[in-house]
Amino acid sequence: MDITPIANALYGLPLIGILFQAVGFLVAVIPPNSPNIMNAAAPLALAALCGVFCERSGIVNIGIEGTMLASAFTAWVVGVAINPMFGSPTPGPVFGATLPLVICVVAAVVVAMLISALHAYLTISLRADQIISGTIINIAAFGVTAYLDQLISKSSPAGAGNFAAYVPPTWLTELPVVGWIFAMFLNLGPIAMSTIVIMLGAQIWLFRSRWGLRTRAVGEHPRAAETVGIDVIRLRYHNVIIGGIFAGLAGAWLSIEATNSFQIGMTTGRGFIALAAMIMGRWTPLGALGASIVFALFIQISQLIKIAPPGGDLGAIMGSVPSQAWDALPYLLTMVILAGVVGRSIPPAADGQPYEREAAA
Amino acid sequence: MSGAARTATGRSRGGWARFWGAAALPLAVVVLSVAVGAAIILVSELLVPGHEFNPWLPLIAYEALIEGAIGSPNAIVSTLVNTTPLVFGGLAVGFAFKAGLFNIGVQGQFLMGALGAVIVGVWVSALPPIVAIPLATLAGIAAGAAWGFIPGFLKAVSGAHEVVSTIMMNYIAVAILAAAVSGPLKVPKSPSPVTYDVGNAAFPIIIPPIGHLGIPLAVLAAFFVYWLLLRTTWGFQVRTVGANSDAARYAGMRPRLVTIATMSFSGALGGMAGSCVLLGVTHTMTSSFGTTVGFDSIAVALLARSNPLLTLLSALLFGSMRAGAGLMQIRAEIPVELVDVLQAVILLFLVLAPVLRRLLRIRPPAGAAEASATPNATPQPGAVI
Repeated sequence: MDITPIANALYGLPLIGILFQAVGFLVAVIPPNSPNIMNAAAPLALAALCGVFCERSGIVNIGIEGTMLASAFTAWVVGVAINPMFGSPTPGPVFGATLPLVICVVAAVVVAMLISALHAYLTISLRADQIISGTIINIAAFGVTAYLDQLISKSSPAGAGNFAAYVPPTWLTELPVVGWIFAMFLNLGPIAMSTIVIMLGAQIWLFRSRWGLRTRAVGEHPRAAETVGIDVIRLRYHNVIIGGIFAGLAGAWLSIEATNSFQIGMTTGRGFIALAAMIMGRWTPLGALGASIVFALFIQISQLIKIAPPGGDLGAIMGSVPSQAWDALPYLLTMVILAGVVGRSIPPAADGQPYEREAAA
Repeated sequence: MSGAARTATGRSRGGWARFWGAAALPLAVVVLSVAVGAAIILVSELLVPGHEFNPWLPLIAYEALIEGAIGSPNAIVSTLVNTTPLVFGGLAVGFAFKAGLFNIGVQGQFLMGALGAVIVGVWVSALPPIVAIPLATLAGIAAGAAWGFIPGFLKAVSGAHEVVSTIMMNYIAVAILAAAVSGPLKVPKSPSPVTYDVGNAAFPIIIPPIGHLGIPLAVLAAFFVYWLLLRTTWGFQVRTVGANSDAARYAGMRPRLVTIATMSFSGALGGMAGSCVLLGVTHTMTSSFGTTVGFDSIAVALLARSNPLLTLLSALLFGSMRAGAGLMQIRAEIPVELVDVLQAVILLFLVLAPVLRRLLRIRPPAGAAEASATPNATPQPGAVI
């Protein structure tokens, strides 16, 4: 039996053609843009890791967005303030790192830890509603950074400087077929590159260490954990504050690695997309990393469609949508994943519930 | 239980004492926030290089803020116009709170409401106002309701937490709005993306120079929501599901349906806020059509403890701050974003209510055991973030 006419007819269907064109588009655009995808995934993964640490111990942290924004601002503003003191140093040999830049990262992390400590105090000690506490952190971070940014920008300060991406040797990145994978994980700045190591380390820490076991116990059944002698309150404080470190790194990535400036509201929902990545990754660090890469892929595609739209029927369909609408793609994907994955993804049992010690008998 | 429910049931204490019990904490919070705001202004003076330190700057700023808000008849009208969308937004957030839902999506519902209003408003702009105004307004309400329905539906069906999904809906709304204004709705040959004027669908001015029809509608809406929550079966269901969704289910209510209906109604109020601004103030839409109403509304609802009538007062407070911020920026050279900071400080103090009560020795209102800023939310089964 000759299937050629059927195949031809099938190929004549725009649907099949469009599918081929879509695959062709992805094959054409993903390898050259692979470092951008990993770069966009890094802040999502770090922020999702912040969520993993908080929620594994039973605290919902919706304020990751605000925490990131505050540390992005801190990193930038500290750089602006201290660069002149160091005589605007020349970029170092590794990642273009300078002492001021390292100080910026430390400052960003410290601020994020302080904000996380506030969230911990409000939700653990005062037992305030965890969502409200997080929302207040978001509103406060947006207001304070916008206010200070307006004040500081009046004197149009010099930039804070930024990290440079490591350029791997070309013989490695130009390997046929697999070269772009090396580029994806090596052609990165220091924060993005260390994200992979951090996520691996966190996976081991959470599932292979005593701390991790206790954290998970506290997130699943705090009362039982308490009876075997684990200090629930203390462990929750520690985990929320440690989570802040990663949100701080994600913030610093925004203002002194991806760019060298601060814009009002520059997190643009990454903190929330990260929460969806955390759910999709089933509250595990490596899962969150994988989910972040998927989200980053869609973020990149939504931008690439605007810059270099594919040809053929696919391009015609895409061209009929105003280009601004493509900005909605990552957010739409987040909603689809939330709606589709949540039912099968089980959160820690005590997630979001305040814990009250039993009164001493 | 909530302040509203108390008013309906707690007849034991005198009216004034009851009012004081409810108002003492919010008042203390506002006074403290003003003090913190002054401290922030003083500290931030030090941040601006080359700025001469003026210890009286906070007073100058607050004087300008107050003058810009209530200093003249025009300022008062401007305050009312700024308050109107906040009343609708605050009611939207507060109503969702009552059902244990956190609608952070007022921003998106506002934008979609405005978009719906402008689409239909332009379409009917030549019809007589008596037909055009209700049509355009209803279109905004419907668009907002649809934008609230989706997260409500997703929550009821799959458990997708409304906080994340409403935030995503906000960003999607921004993208749709930008695409619509620079695409199909754009006036042809216009140099910048802008839609046609809504013409006869515009709200009539009832208090010159700019006070529009939305102002009395907002007051009516507050009383309507109050009535809805406390005097109707559906309102009772909403409050019951919010207080304890398991108990509501055992009592034969259907929490999922209540969730969907509540989010839709909340979205409708958010859409009404958008209709009000578009039909009452801007009359056209540009691609930079944005707003601070979304997040202001959360502050309004939290300060009013979700009580629809107190929402009027709390919206008035934030509306006057928005109205006066412009003059403050001109006079004291302080960015209008100070209002956002003040708002955040107010919210922070609200959450710190237990600590404040202890420090200031304010007795909690009778029968209110829980922190004032906490909505009567219970974690619903299957609800995750």
